[in-house]
Formats: sequence, C-alpha cells, structure tokens
Amino acid sequence: MKALTDDDYVLSADERPLGALYSRNARAVIERGARVIRSQNWIILVSGFFEPVFYLLSMGVGLGRLVGAVDGPGGAPISYAAYIAPALLAVSAMNGAIYDSTWNIFFKMHFGKLYQSMLYTSLGPFDIAVGEIALALFRGFLYALGFTGVMGIMGLITTPWALLLVPTSVMVAFGFASFGMAITSYMKTFQQMDIITFVMLPMFLFSATFYPLSVYPAPIQWIVEAFPLWHGVELMRQISIGAFSPATLVHLAYYLVMIVVGLAFTTRRLRALFLR
Amino acid sequence: MAGVRAMRRRVISARDLVKTYGDFNAVDGISFDVPAGESFGLLGPNGAGKSTTMRMIGGVTQRTSGHLDIMGLDPEHQGPEVRAHLGVVPQQDNLDEELRVRDNLIVYGRYFGLPRAYLEQRADELLEFAQLEDKAKARVDSLSGGMKRRLTIARSLINEPKILLLDEPTTGLDPQARHVLWDRLFRLKEQGVTLVLTTHYMDEAEQLCDRLIVVDKGKIMAEGSPTALIREHSSREVLEVRFGADRNAAVVPRLDGVGERLEALPDRILVYTDDGEGSLEQIRNRGLHPVTSLVRRASLEDVFLRLTGRSLVD
Repeated sequence: MKALTDDDYVLSADERPLGALYSRNARAVIERGARVIRSQNWIILVSGFFEPVFYLLSMGVGLGRLVGAVDGPGGAPISYAAYIAPALLAVSAMNGAIYDSTWNIFFKMHFGKLYQSMLYTSLGPFDIAVGEIALALFRGFLYALGFTGVMGIMGLITTPWALLLVPTSVMVAFGFASFGMAITSYMKTFQQMDIITFVMLPMFLFSATFYPLSVYPAPIQWIVEAFPLWHGVELMRQISIGAFSPATLVHLAYYLVMIVVGLAFTTRRLRALFLR
Repeated sequence: MAGVRAMRRRVISARDLVKTYGDFNAVDGISFDVPAGESFGLLGPNGAGKSTTMRMIGGVTQRTSGHLDIMGLDPEHQGPEVRAHLGVVPQQDNLDEELRVRDNLIVYGRYFGLPRAYLEQRADELLEFAQLEDKAKARVDSLSGGMKRRLTIARSLINEPKILLLDEPTTGLDPQARHVLWDRLFRLKEQGVTLVLTTHYMDEAEQLCDRLIVVDKGKIMAEGSPTALIREHSSREVLEVRFGADRNAAVVPRLDGVGERLEALPDRILVYTDDGEGSLEQIRNRGLHPVTSLVRRASLEDVFLRLTGRSLVD
C-alpha cells in the first residue's frame, strides 16, 4: 500500500435524499442474512413454518369435526378447516413480521451488537432497515409457500385464485413489518417489549380468526374492524375461495396505506432507533 | 517537529462537542484537532467520555451540540461518506458470531460496497496481517481473546481506512498479544494512516501517541505529547514508598520537604522528585524505614493523578 498524503484526506459527498441515513447498499445486509441462513441449522428456518400448520391440524381437523361446515365469504358453506386456514396464514404473516421487526431488531441492537458493527461501515440505518425488512419478507414468502402447499395437500384449495395467498401474505407481513421497527424504537427494556405480545395475542384471538365477526355486538365489531389483522384475515379468506366483494378493495387499500404510513414512520424513527 | 505538524492538513476538527444523556453530560465541551498521519490519544478513566467522542466522530451517535469536521465532511450529515474512510475497532469485539472468520472480513467489506473479487484477495492479506491464516474457516467463538482482537483490527482495515479509530485496543490482552498489536499499529502509522485511540493504559499512550488529551468527566484536563505532559505536570522520577496501610497517612507529615510534592494514596505514598534515590536517602535519614520502596520514571498515570486527584484505573 502506498503511503497516504494530505491530498488523500479530502472527501466530498453528493446531496441525495436521506444521505445521512442511506448508502443505497441494503443488498449487503440481505447478502449477510442469506449467508447466515445458508450456514444455519435448517431446523431453525423450518420451525416457523410449522406453527400455522399445527394450528390448522388441531383446530381445523380436530375442532372442525365438531363444527362441521360453516358459511364462507360468498355465503356458500365450506369446511371449518378451509374457513380458518387463510386466517391462520394471515396470523402467521403478522407474527413473523412483528417478531422480525421487533424482538429480532431489539435483540441484535442491544445484545448481538450486529448493528453496532454495521453502522460503523458505510451502511446507514435505512440500509439496515430495508435489508432486514426484505429478509423478513423473504422468510414470510417461504412460509406462505409451504403453508399454501399444505392447504393443497389437505384438499383445502379449490380455485387458482388461492395461489394469490402467497403474495398477499407477503403484503400483510410488509404492513406489520413496516410499523414494527418504528415501535421498537420506543422500547428500552425487555419489560416494554412484552407490551407487543400483549397487543398481538388478543388481535390473533378476536380478529374473526376462528369464527365470523357477526358473533360480536356492533360496537365490538367496529373495534375489531379497525385493527389490521381483521382486514388481513378477511382478505385472505376471500382470496382462498375466489369470492370477492367491494370490501376486498377496502382491505387492500388498508394495507397499502399501512405500508406507506409505516415506512414513513419508521424512517422518521431511524435515528432514535439506531443512532443513540 | 512542530513546524512539520503545522503544515499538515487537519483531518479531524472538533469544536465544543457536547453529548447529553438525560441530565448527564457524557461529553461536556471538548475541542481538539488531529492533523493527517498523527497518532492521537484520548486518555481517561472509564466513563470519561472517550468512547462517546469516538462514536460522534463516526457519526453513529448524534451530538447534542458542537461542530465536527472529518476530512471536510460532517459525519452526522454525510455519515456513509465519512465512514467509508474510517476503520473502527470498538471497545468490545462485535464480530459477527454467525459467520466464519474469513466471512467476517468479506461480509464486512460488502457493507462498504466493495467488490467481491477485491475482498477475496484483501481478506487473505488481512488474515496474514493478523496471523490468522490457519483460522480462516474457524468459528468466531472458538478464537481466543487475542485472536478476536486481531480479527477485529483486521476487519477494520478491510476498506483501507485513512483514519483508524481504536477504542481501548489492548484492554484484556496478555502482554505478548499487546506487543504484537502495537507492532501492527506502528506499521499502519508508517503508511500514513491517522490513528485515534482511547486508552486507560499509560504505557500504551506513551508508546503509541504523538499527542494526547487527558479527559475526565467529559472535559479536557490537559493536552500535549506524552513527554511534554509528564514534564509539565509531574517530576522526572517518582519514589513510591509503603509503610503499611495503617501507617501511610500518619507518616505523610513527617515527609514534609522531601521531593517536590507528595501524594498519599491508601496503599502507598508517592514522592515526586528529580532524584528518587536521593529522596529515599532523605527519608531514611529522618529515621523512617518504608516496608518497600521503588524508584521509577514518571508516567502519564502520575499526570492524571495530579490533574484529577484520582488514580486512572479503579
């Protein structure tokens, strides 16, 4: 290496949006994740896939035998397993995305020190956020693919529309992941992180996941309808049997808005999250 | 020497840096300049604000106020551009435990956007530099402390940095590993790399730093070359005498007039003097017989003690 002279010590920078936070190199973060996944134990990767499958087997098949057929989105009766399968996929997309954008980020930030080393390179917080979200969505995509396959094997898929469950699942995950990091930026301790679980569990149980919304009185229905998971569940349920309605567009729009607002929110909170 | 230094370009210029966490001022109005190619030290006890200052230089901590210019840019606004030319060795090794040794170097290089072909070659060079060639495929957690430290330093060089920030580079290393590291750092200095290091080891600062600032409680206490600081704030030699823990304090008044200055510590009394043996003789002539005595050269430890009234490593 040639010895450095004074002239080597002059830098310049261009003016670009988010210049302080973004070096247009999220790819390097994704590459790192891919390298880790490849060298990792496959069990770890596959474990996330089984969660919704177990629910489907126990509730859909087990409980389904007692319940029998229920009314699907279009009004036509479908099996209980076919009724809850798309909802479970939506829940799994939510859980995976929230886990990856909250606990995973929190842990790597405070204990794994991974981001500490990344941030001392050219990478900025925005590169890391984009890279991590992309990795989370890729994992979500794999799980959705696997789960849809299981649905197919169990005879729960009756229309080609059902193939759209996979990209829709990724979209639902994106909605939650985009918000997750912004929320994590407010968290300082493990105890605070538990609040996330406290919000997620009721959303999972009460978002018309296992039974129709109509069992609730109207005011409760409105509350449930305000929460994102319900829109995901309804959307996936409609797609699974190809029965669409004007509400489909509302659900889609809900997620598009959620993604845009979530990304803006997260971008605003990046400094608070990473540059303390 | 001073003339040569004045001609060199300033590559780091800090003015009135302040970092506040809640109502605690971690860094409380620090100003300094570092010319190109200099080896610059921040000396101070734990919690003095050294690491926070380093993090502000890298733009990974937002400063509360003050100005900072790194090679013409503000790291808070052009962080990626500034860090592209920085190498950072943090206080605690933060190697990627999920990747193998060589992959640690390559993946880190990718964070700088460097091409893979270049990194393959550079990684091998750096493994040699760090004497870790035969550990290329090893898991990071199987490395010894010294090896991890060397790998962290090798990693910090992947982008051929112009400024290398080292936060307590040799803390926790055995003497042999420290000397290997110092040797590597000297080589980098010869290549014109600017070194900025924090340490609480006096000998390290004296070995490695052309110039340093002594920091305590977020403020600069003194600034200068190690020898100038010792000359200014200490005597040439230091005589350490021990009379036993319960007697040290009682003996102090009887040592009045010996040496230039006395410092009574719980376990020993320090006598600052230009002639250690002579002072010891004086003490003996007063009928006092220390349990142990030691004459040594004055060090930065003495400077720090003088400036703050406290010992550095506690």
